[in-house]
Formats: sequence, C-alpha cells, structure tokens
Amino acid sequence: MKLKLKRVLLTVLFVLFGFVLQGTLFQRLALGSVKPNLLLVIVASVAFLRGPKEGMLSGFLAGILIDIQFGGLLGFYAFFYMVTGYVNGLLGGTYYEENMRLPVAFIAASEFCYGVLIYLLMFMLRSEFDFPYYFSHIIIPELIYTILVALALYPLVRLINYRLETEEKRSMGKFV
Amino acid sequence: MLSFWHMGRAFFKALLKGKAFMGKHSNSLKNKYWFGGLCMLCAALMLLSFFAEQVGGPFKIVASFTVIPMQQGVNQVGIWLHEFSDNFKTMKSVQAENEKLQEELDMLMAENNALQQEKYELERLRELYKLDMNYAEYEKIGAHVIGCDSGNWFSMFTIDKGSLDGVRVDMNVIAGNGLVGIVTETGPTWATVRSVIDDSSNVSAMVLSTSDRCIVNGDLTLINDGKLSFEQMENNDNTIVIGDQVVTSHISDKYLQGILIGYVREVSVDSNNLTRSGYITPAVDFKNLQEVLVITETKEDVKNKTNTDSEVN
Repeated sequence: MKLKLKRVLLTVLFVLFGFVLQGTLFQRLALGSVKPNLLLVIVASVAFLRGPKEGMLSGFLAGILIDIQFGGLLGFYAFFYMVTGYVNGLLGGTYYEENMRLPVAFIAASEFCYGVLIYLLMFMLRSEFDFPYYFSHIIIPELIYTILVALALYPLVRLINYRLETEEKRSMGKFV
Repeated sequence: MLSFWHMGRAFFKALLKGKAFMGKHSNSLKNKYWFGGLCMLCAALMLLSFFAEQVGGPFKIVASFTVIPMQQGVNQVGIWLHEFSDNFKTMKSVQAENEKLQEELDMLMAENNALQQEKYELERLRELYKLDMNYAEYEKIGAHVIGCDSGNWFSMFTIDKGSLDGVRVDMNVIAGNGLVGIVTETGPTWATVRSVIDDSSNVSAMVLSTSDRCIVNGDLTLINDGKLSFEQMENNDNTIVIGDQVVTSHISDKYLQGILIGYVREVSVDSNNLTRSGYITPAVDFKNLQEVLVITETKEDVKNKTNTDSEVN
C-alpha cells in the first residue's frame, strides 16, 4: 500500500514537474521560438512503461493542467493527452523495454498527431489554410526537438520505474 | 537500421493478428471502463465549460495551490542565477561605465531643466485640450511573468497577480511603453494574459497621425520576424509614413484608448483599392518579457463612468 502510494506520488510529481518546467525553463531553451513538448514525452513514457491505466490517468492530469491555465475549452487537452496515454500504454510492453527505438518512435508519432490535430482544430477551423508553413515551421521543428528530449528523458523515467519495480518485487517476496 | 525495419514489420504482423495488445499490459476490461469513464468526463467538462464559465473555478483554485507556487519558485531561481552570472560579467564594465555616466549626468542635468520647463507647458496644454484620457493616469499594478504557454501554437503567459490582487478578466496589460495584451482568465493568485502577437488576437487600432482606424492581428507566421499585421485601413488621401505610431482606437470594446501598439513598418494598398494593409513593429519586446503592468480599469468601467457622469450632468 505504501509502495503504491509512492508510485502514485512519483507519477504525479513527474507530471507536475513537466508542466512547470515546460512553462518556465523550457521557455528559455526555445530554438527559433519552438520548444519541445516535455509533457507529451513524460505521459507517453509513463504509459509505455506502466500500461494504459496509469498512462491515461497521468495524461488526463497533464491535459487538465494545460486546460486550466491556457486552454479555452476545459477538457480539450485533457482528452488528447489521455488518449495519448491510453494508446501508448496499449502499445507498450509488446517489446523489451531495453530497446529505446520503439518508445521514441511512438512518442514521435504522438507528437506528430498532436501537431496536426492542433492545426486542424485550432487553425484550419479559423480558415488559416497555409498548412505547408505551419508544417515546416512548427510541427516538424517541434517534432525533432521533442525526439531529442525523449532520447534523454525516456531512460530516466525507465530507470526510476525499474527501481520502483524491484522494490515492489522485494516487498512482495517478503510477504509470500 | 535493418533491425529497426524488422522490428517494425514484426510489430505490424502482430498488430494484424491482434497480438500486439497481448503484451505485458494487456487491455483488460477494467482499463476499457477507465478509458470510457475518462472520455465521458472530458466530454462533460468540454460541454459544461462551453455553456458555463464557472466550471473551471474549483480547478483554478487547485492550480493556485499546486502549480503556481512551483512556477514562481522556478522563476525566482532563474532570476537569481541570471543576476549571479550578470554580476560577474558586469564587474569590469561598470567602472568604465561609471566615468561615462558621470559625463552624461552633467549633460542630462542641463537637459532635465529644459524638459522640466516643457513639462509645465505640456501640463498647461493638456488641461487646455482636456486630454484626461491619457494612459499615464490609469491605475496600474505590477506583476511578474511566471510561466508561458506550454505549446508552440499560441502566445499566452501567466502572471503572479490574480483576482485577490484585483485583477479581472479583460484588463489591459502593458509593459514599458506599449500594449502587451489582455487578461483572459484569472485565478486567486494568478492570471493568464493573451498577448497581442497571439494568432487569435485582434485589436482595433488607429494611426496616431491621421486617426485612420485599422485592425491589428497577431499572426503565428510573423512572430519570428517580430511583426504584427494590420488590415482594413481606409484607402484615403492621408499619407502614412513608415514609423508612424499605431495606438488602440477609441471604438475598441476591450482596449483602453491611446495605448501604443507599435510603429508602422510597411504599408500597401490592397488589390480591392478600398483598403490598405501592412505590418507593424510592436513597441514591446515579447521575447524577453519579465515584468508587466496591469491597468486595473477596464474599458467597461470607463464607459460606465462616463455614462453616469453624463447622467449627473
């Protein structure tokens, strides 16, 4: 029970730190006014390692935070991040976790979908049809930058997850 | 690369056979219920917040206890580090600068005297012209920028003053000498500001020298060039010179009159020959925004005040 609480707290902390850093520190790391999507990397990594349930819950938390501060419609980003967590959770566990390429590929795919969806829902509906511009100046740079961050961050999330898992296994052994 | 290809092929084979989801985290019925429940929660939130503004209230209060203090903290650390490194950098240059400043000071003293005289003249003239709507006279409160929008698509930011400090939605935000944006949301200790360079921002403006009105639009495609676009300016005989000041217009619903937005950079006649459009250089440096001033009077207040005044008279 104590361990479960620890895990929940750690996941919540992860998402909170992601959100805070995204709005403060990462603002300074922006290249050409494009910054990486740290929250998406965290949600997808957690989902990938822990499965759909934790994925969608952390996604929902991340999304609702964005909605509160910056979104127009409460629940819009929450829905997107939740689905991202769910789908990545389903895809995770299919392959060995030691392999980095597949998780990063899925994070990239999520990021791409995110960019295109935001364009379709928030820009195209306001009749701004210059898709090639948005594609080459926002979606692709953000994608590349996010992949770089994912390459650095995913191993970290995996390490912490591994530590927690061994701790859990040990305590299970004790009781049995 | 080759192994990646194999992996991908294996994955799609598994996906086709429906085996991809049979891994460690199998998609149990319970997870589907969770997913469905959260989907409905999101949909309900969207519907509710679309029809009623107050739904966000509880969430906003929660945010002011969790995320906002963290943002403030990180920001403080950032400012501290920045000042720390600045101290080292400036040590040497300060002494040289000091001598130069001493000279400048003498010059400025003389200039100041002249300006003082002009100031009295200005005050007299202002009284004469009854320019009581100047924005130097609006009540303002200062605020720090503590966080920026998490995505790349919009240009919003949070400040560390909220409804407890008297900030309300639709209050104008300025920095230095120009318009920054407008408050779109408030929590107890924080508020969200949409800047004028945001893609969804439209400001009714006018050119100061000719009083021709136009609409100033934020545009995501122009942000990197540091430009704003304006359009729908009447194509009349008034010539507009590059560098003319563009200020908020008197017919704007949300923006107070006469706040500087920027300077005309380019102007051209549209193909319909009826209107003109072009670009503006904003007066505010949006890349390095740290402190802003919130004008604690909305256009609504000003309108109501003048209405009651005229009733009394």
